[in-house]
Amino acid sequence: MLEIKGVSKTFNPGTINEKRALNGIDLTLNDGDFVTVIGGNGAGKSTLLNMITGVYPVDCGTIIIDGMDVTKLPEHKRAKYLGRVFQDPMTGTAADMEIAENLAIAARRGKRRTLLPGVTHKEKNEFRELLKKLDLGLEDRLTSKVGLLSGGQRQAITLLMATLQHPKLLLLDEHTAALDPATASKVLNLTEELVSDGHITTIMITHNMKDAIRLGNRLIMMNNGEIIYDIQGEEKKNLHVSDLLELFSKASNGEFANDRMMLS
Amino acid sequence: MAAFLASLPGAIAQGIIWGIMAIGVFITFRVLDVADLTVDGTLSTGGAVLVMCTVSGMNIYLAMVLAFLAGCLAGLATGVFHTAFGIPAILSGILTQLALYSINLRILGNKANQTLSVTKYNLMVSLRYIPKSLIVCSIFAVALIALLYWFFGTEMGHSIRATGSNQAMARANGINTNTRKIIGLVLSNGIVALSGALLSQYQGFADVNMGRGAIVIGLAAVIIGEVIFSKLFKNFALKLLAAVFGGVIYYIVITIVLRLGLNANDLKLFSALVVALFLGIPYWKAKVAPKKVKTKERSAENA
Repeated sequence: MLEIKGVSKTFNPGTINEKRALNGIDLTLNDGDFVTVIGGNGAGKSTLLNMITGVYPVDCGTIIIDGMDVTKLPEHKRAKYLGRVFQDPMTGTAADMEIAENLAIAARRGKRRTLLPGVTHKEKNEFRELLKKLDLGLEDRLTSKVGLLSGGQRQAITLLMATLQHPKLLLLDEHTAALDPATASKVLNLTEELVSDGHITTIMITHNMKDAIRLGNRLIMMNNGEIIYDIQGEEKKNLHVSDLLELFSKASNGEFANDRMMLS
Repeated sequence: MAAFLASLPGAIAQGIIWGIMAIGVFITFRVLDVADLTVDGTLSTGGAVLVMCTVSGMNIYLAMVLAFLAGCLAGLATGVFHTAFGIPAILSGILTQLALYSINLRILGNKANQTLSVTKYNLMVSLRYIPKSLIVCSIFAVALIALLYWFFGTEMGHSIRATGSNQAMARANGINTNTRKIIGLVLSNGIVALSGALLSQYQGFADVNMGRGAIVIGLAAVIIGEVIFSKLFKNFALKLLAAVFGGVIYYIVITIVLRLGLNANDLKLFSALVVALFLGIPYWKAKVAPKKVKTKERSAENA
């Protein structure tokens, strides 16, 4: 489903702020894989997602989604294949637009935007049913501006938008990190449900090691722009947080397991 | 007082014409979230094209279409400067505006102004026939609002609004934000040129300087309309209508202050200060009452 071959990225090359964010990443995801990604700050997790989505161009290497080489495609063209949820709940939705309008925009991801109505009546009914499933009371607020909603509600809507047009790949960048624990677990449950219902190939970055172990069939650990650990199947199921902490400290000579990781 | 009342219909007619320009400004300033300074030049372009076409014997409606297209081209230039050259939007607008000064002089046959006699040509509006002008301008404004209301409800219109609201979201949903910005700028400047074309008919001439400060008047109309009608007008069409009303109110206020003895030369100073004041109000409001906003968010969460 996804094939990343020899992708590297250096920010601010040749300056004092030079930062090698990705160092020759090779990664292949099979259809239906749900991969959790962990790693410290600056390990290259977000950069990896930004390379896949085309926010920045890669320095070298190729990115292939479902057999198509998208390395040179601009961000808005790759969007056809990708569903994205961002860390900041404000990023995934248009605050000045209605809930129904946001969903309708997502429903047209990768299609030509014509002069036909932006939201049809039929769609509104479909959206109402989908929102009912979220159980956040949003089904009666289709015409409310998204900017009036809480972070959790916006993140739930973004998830819905990302999966509305069955994406070839769903990319979640610490999408529960900015939410309070109760809301975070609600959004995480919704994530599991949508991913398994739709059998969607998913990459989820998280700082919560318990979630990283509990969710998905594969776990990747990154450090200094490299994948240092890749585990799947039964082996992953038997993993404990203590194992990961040990791996962390081994990989980074003890710097790695910072307070944020211990606490989560 | 009687003199003021007598001048009121004229002020309203002119206010609606500037209000139509404010609709163009609304599209860039509010929908696209870009301050487009091209309009100072585009207004003159619209006026110049209409006058020259009409004088050469062209049908007035065809001349209006050409004025619109000329404005669209100006918007296209700004859009290309902004997206293909990577120049900040404000600077792109200033560049096109400067270039348009030369272009407008050429359109006007290398003269600073050209007259358009209402007795010789069959014009849509004129200050000689104020009641007719009022009706024509009102119909024009309402038709334009209806058209834009439809357009911004389409898939294409939605994608432009999304671009203005959140570019990251727009791109993540497959929207080419650069082309959407260009389309918005083209549309906006086309409308501003139409306003200029109406204005040149109304006043009976086109002048290379007629658009100077137009952006400030447009912003004044948009902001006055918002401050007065925002509680009442939530719908997109009504918001556009508020901008037109803002233009009318602006012109009535100008008529009043001129009657009260303000030197006409000080008018632009007055306009700039009024706009600065109205732009400042939302900022000060947010500074004074941050707590109020927080409770509002909380209640939205619980709802």
